[in-house]
Amino acid sequence: MIEAAKPAAGHAVVLLPPALVNLFPGAERRVELAASRVDEVITALDARWPGMRDRLCDSRPSIRRHINVFVDGERANLDTAISAGAEVFIITAISGG
Amino acid sequence: MGEKVLLLVGTKKGAFILSSDTSRSSWSLRGPFCDTWPINHVVGDSASGAIYAAGGNEWFGPAVWKTTDFGESWTHSSEGLSYPPEEEPIKMVWSLAPAARGAGKTLYAGVQPAGLFRSDDGGASWHHLSGLRDHPSRPEWQPGGAGLILHGLVPHPEDEKQLWVAISAAGVFHTADGGETWEPRNRGTRADFNPEDQRYPEFGQCVHCLVTAPGMPDRLYQQNHCGMYRSDDGGRGWESIEAGLPSSFGFPAAVHPRDPDTLYLVPLNGDIAGRYMPEARAAVWRTRDGGRSWDALRRGLPQQNVFYGVLRQAMATDRLDPAGVYFGTGSGSLYASADEGESWTCVAEHLPTITSVETLVI
Repeated sequence: MIEAAKPAAGHAVVLLPPALVNLFPGAERRVELAASRVDEVITALDARWPGMRDRLCDSRPSIRRHINVFVDGERANLDTAISAGAEVFIITAISGG
Repeated sequence: MGEKVLLLVGTKKGAFILSSDTSRSSWSLRGPFCDTWPINHVVGDSASGAIYAAGGNEWFGPAVWKTTDFGESWTHSSEGLSYPPEEEPIKMVWSLAPAARGAGKTLYAGVQPAGLFRSDDGGASWHHLSGLRDHPSRPEWQPGGAGLILHGLVPHPEDEKQLWVAISAAGVFHTADGGETWEPRNRGTRADFNPEDQRYPEFGQCVHCLVTAPGMPDRLYQQNHCGMYRSDDGGRGWESIEAGLPSSFGFPAAVHPRDPDTLYLVPLNGDIAGRYMPEARAAVWRTRDGGRSWDALRRGLPQQNVFYGVLRQAMATDRLDPAGVYFGTGSGSLYASADEGESWTCVAEHLPTITSVETLVI
């Protein structure tokens, strides 16, 4: 179990699922980054690990059907706002296997 | 060091690679690769030695995987592998084909919903050859049982501008200008599922597998949902060659590496009869005369209670002499013949459902 320790000032903490991290050598389960919307979180992740956006989002664009994103415990979409200190949980849905 | 034969196997839970020396009498298996993603097609590019695996994962979408060290390490990419935002997103990659003169860098990918992509950098990035989906027939393409998939890719062996594709259930299409414009090539193939007076349409046939013959670029064979066919004019016209087969229904077809008249099929008992081996006895059917006559090859194959099928990309030949022939079943068994189909051995079993089999001799 990874912990959502308090992030640096102005940053959100993003927790990534193991099946995603395994696809990107060097990727980490816990990431701190600055973002004001979920879409900016995805952009920041893709900048660190090129190709990660394609794994999380489709071309509509929207979060993939079997990927769930929660911001501070609430189901989110790409437009959901992120406040400093927020916890963004990206998980693989149980339906995806 | 002598040559090695690799069997590249796609399954519902990852890719596998079997290897043997050229005697093909003993095989070792490695896998599953590709993080156990559903993999529809695994191909080797003899020009570069790279192996590519096409698939898609319900969580993470479509991608093409690649290894340049025969499976020890893999990367994946779907950069550029997408449609415009207003269109249904791509679900999976279904088929791959290295270009005949691609110098190890160019390959094609067929996807679901049906469309065609090309990479010129060894699978690192892709671009859409949109001319196919711009064809006026596209709004009328209907999905087959596996969805609306582009599962067949046949690059012309000499003319890099020519390519045939097979789409279920839109039929065979051909381009002579590198993918900008396309024409349907289905004349003579049936659509038994249509009303009686519409059974030979210009497009809409349910092609199951499309292959070309060695040394005869304009000879094509296709196993169709409704019949087995040969064309000797690049698909402009098709002739039924199903007389002598136990069924007109089946999925894969594999051509001999040197003899354009020799073809292998696995007819199944029928589309509404269970889609397993006829009489529940396993057989590969071979023609040596371009489809005029057929023989059942059964030695070493189980002859009772066989209720498996073989999917459209799950049979292949190798380039050795005598040629090896291979097929994988929906029940996860892999059979090999090192003598052009005369005798068979089961070289792997209990695998996930096998979606594809290809060979690479290195």
